[in-house]
This record gives sequence, structure tokens and C-alpha cells, in this order.
Amino acid sequence: MTTLLNVKDLRAYYGQVQALHGLTFSLNEGSLTTLLGANGAGKTTTLRAICNMVRSTGAIEFEGQPLSSRSTENIVRLGIAHVPQGRGTFTTMTVEENLQLGAITRRDKAGIVADIERMYAYFPVLKARYTQQAGTLSGGEQQMLAVARALMLRPRLMLLDEPSFGLAPLVVRDLFKILGQINREEKVSILVVEQNAQLALELADQAYVIETGRIVMSGAAQDIANDENVRKSYLGY
Amino acid sequence: MELFTNQILAGISTGAIYACMALAVVMIYQAIDHLNFAQGEMAMFSTFISWQLMQWGLPYWVAFVLTIAFSFVAGIAIERVMFRPLVKAPILTQVAGFIALYSIINSSAGLIWDFTIKQYPTPFGSAPFLGSQLISTHQAGMIGVTLLMLLGLYFFFQYTRVGLAMRAAASLPESARLVGINTSWMVALGWGMAAAIGAVAGILIAPVVFLEPNMMLGVLIYGFAAAVLGGLTSPFGAVVGGFLVGIFENLAGTYIPGVGNELKLPIALALIISVLVVKPAGLFGRAIVKRV
Repeated sequence: MTTLLNVKDLRAYYGQVQALHGLTFSLNEGSLTTLLGANGAGKTTTLRAICNMVRSTGAIEFEGQPLSSRSTENIVRLGIAHVPQGRGTFTTMTVEENLQLGAITRRDKAGIVADIERMYAYFPVLKARYTQQAGTLSGGEQQMLAVARALMLRPRLMLLDEPSFGLAPLVVRDLFKILGQINREEKVSILVVEQNAQLALELADQAYVIETGRIVMSGAAQDIANDENVRKSYLGY
Repeated sequence: MELFTNQILAGISTGAIYACMALAVVMIYQAIDHLNFAQGEMAMFSTFISWQLMQWGLPYWVAFVLTIAFSFVAGIAIERVMFRPLVKAPILTQVAGFIALYSIINSSAGLIWDFTIKQYPTPFGSAPFLGSQLISTHQAGMIGVTLLMLLGLYFFFQYTRVGLAMRAAASLPESARLVGINTSWMVALGWGMAAAIGAVAGILIAPVVFLEPNMMLGVLIYGFAAAVLGGLTSPFGAVVGGFLVGIFENLAGTYIPGVGNELKLPIALALIISVLVVKPAGLFGRAIVKRV
């Protein structure tokens, strides 16, 4: 299997405070990987460092290309779609405009129109509201819109920051089912950061556990889910 | 009744000046989320450039097009050189930058072209429009050009890729970068467009107020007022706001005893404050709907 993303000795800083202390991990092409950890462990920072939204050192390579000297928008243009914490919805714009924005770097008009229809097929609720201001959608609908917006890029890799945050359990189930489907059918590799460890481990095939800015455990999601320490600390049984 | 109609007409014709300037104000507000205090001076400088080109013998419309192009590029250059380094600076630093820019441009214009008042030609003529003494063909032409610019802006923002990207960059820069938009260039583009619109405004206003380095001072205040009244997020609102301010100013001067010409300005500003108290987003500004 080929490596899609390779992160080596990643250290990130907020002003004087160091948030990541030398993170090393890699993602395989086509994989669905989850990054688990408690509050403040550095999960969000890791995703932000990949997109160069926080000051960091170390080497990040995407398909063999180093990312560290690129600006956020140029990293996105390589095919990395980042759904940030809080979803990043353009609240004053319509649902459809949000989807068009996801494809703003693409030039193939026909493909964009077709992809918008494809998103409406994945998330019928978005179709029903396509002229509505995105800020009026519910939390779950906004999360679906954020995932759909990211897919409009036709990404090779999708980074998801706590997609389950603030959503009803049933909505989360649906969302994760669709994420699995996207990963299998569209061959989009996914890196998902979650606090809901149980769901994330059910969904993922690879998992990393991160504690105070360091990777403390890695392996197949199944093995991690069966690990006694993980069960006690993150799964609660 | 005759007097009333005439005052409305006169208000519309001065309102056209404010509407034109307000459009430039809204444009820059969309791009940088602030008001640019040097906007009027930039427009004045552009107008001088076109005047100079005509002095050198170029026809009006050639000078017009060249000036618009120059202003667009100059607007981008000002952003790249002066405001891009300040992008993370506190707002007061940026305000100081605007004021610096204001005096730099004002003094340079005075230095190059001196402070004497100059005549500026109009392509529309200055005959009475449709037989009315209160509104000239120039003012009618000005209203026409303002409405054309408004229409152009509407189509640009609603139906083009770059327009959509600019709106996204203005409303949520971080999310905009995450869909691959180069937000820094969007800001520069906004400066360029605002400078170009301001140049059109200056060129249209100059025949009415005459050309000199301080010609835009009063106009810009009314332009701000019009933009705030109509809603800083709405080009359409800015234009309507411009006409409303013009009409209200004239009616107040005529009908409210003791106002006359001297108190027109404070009365207009009082109107704006009252509107803002009742409707902070302005008449046509988009109030952001938030689910809580």
C-alpha cells in the first residue's frame, strides 16, 4: 500500500506554548484513520499543522511533496479538504453557494454541476434547503453541508475535526455511515479526529492515540479498540 | 406642491453624487471590513489624472478609460505596499494608515496640481434635463452611470466565480482559505475595484463641485452616511441611501424652520443615527441570521 501522507517529528507552537512534541505518523492511500485523544491532547493542532494554519516544525509530505513551505490555500489545491472544528459554514450564503465555494478551485463547470447533484443524493436534506441561508440549518445539517463542501473539492484526503461534536447520536450514526461510504466508493482517504472514540474506532481501519502532543499508540482500529488501556481511558468499560 | 416636487428632484440630483461615492465605500467595506478614510482622496487623485490626460489632449472617454485602469492598478498597489504588512495589526494602526494615506494623497495632489479650483468637463452636457431646471443632463447621466455600475456589481458578486470568492473571503477568511481561495489577493482586488469605482465617482462629481484637492471632503462624509443608511453590506442599499440622504437633506432645509443651508448636514446625520438605532444593519443590509 502506498503512503499518502507522511508526518515526521511534527512540533507545533501557539506563541511560546508548544502544543505538539514531535509527532510521527503516516496515512495509507485509501485508508480511514482516526486520531483519538482527550481534550487538549493536540488533535486539532495536528490537523491545523497539516494545513499550515499554525506555526510548526518537522516534515509533512503529501504524495511525496513537502507541505511546510506552502500556504493553506495551496495545500488545499493539492487535494486536501479540511472540515474545521465548528464546521466553517459560510452562514450568510445559501446552501448551494457553500457547495459552489467548495469547488471554487475547479474549472470544470459540468463536473461541478454534476457533483452538486451527487451531494444532494448523499444528503437529501441539503437539496430541500438549497436556497436557504446556511446559518439557518441545524447543527447536523451544517455538518453534512461541511462534509459535502469538502467533497466538492474532489479531494484525495479529507481531514475532519470532530464531526460528531454537538450532534444527536442518531445524526452522528448517519453521518459516519456516509463517511464510510465516501471512503469506500469515492476512494477518498480520511483522517478523522474524534472524542467519540467508540464510534470512530468502529468506522476506522487505522487508529492513533495521542496524549499531550505525542503519539502513544498506533495500530489497526480493531486492535486499539481491544486494548485494555484504551478501553479504560477512552471507551469507558 | 410645485416646491415639494422641485426639492425632491434637487435632492435626487445631489443624491446621485452621494450614491456614487457610497458605492465605492461599500466596495471597500466588503473587501476589508473597514471604512477607508482616504477613499475620497484616492478618487480626487484619479480625477486629477484624467484632467491631466485631457490637458495633454486626449479625448474625454480615452482619458476616462485610462484613468479607471490606472486607479484599479494603483488601488491594488496601495494595498500590497501599505496595508498588506498591516494585515495583522490592530484596527487603530490601520486607521492611522488610512489617515496617513489621506494626507499623503491630498498634499501630493496640491503639490502637483496646486489648490486653485479647476473646471472639469462633462460628456453629458449641462442643459436642463427634460425641461427641469433642477436636474441637468449631467446629473441625469450621473444617475444612469451609477445605476449601471450597481447592476455590474450585482452581476459580478452574484454570478461570477471571483465575485463568490470575494464574498467568501470577506465573510470568513479562514474558511475561504480552506476551500483554496487566496484571500490576500481578494483583498487587493477589492482595493482595486473600490479605487476604480471611486475614480468614476470623482470624474462624475468633479463637474458639479469643481476640481481641487479638497473636493471630496464633504462628499465622502455624505457617502459614508449614505452607505451606513443603506447598509454597508449592500451596494443596492448604498445607492438608495445616497438618494435618500440627498432628498432628506433638501426637504429638511426647505421645510424645517431654522434649518436652512447651514444645518443641513447635522440634520442628515441625525437621520442616519435614528435609522441605525432602529435598524443597525441599515435599510438593506443583510442582518445575519444565527441559530442559537
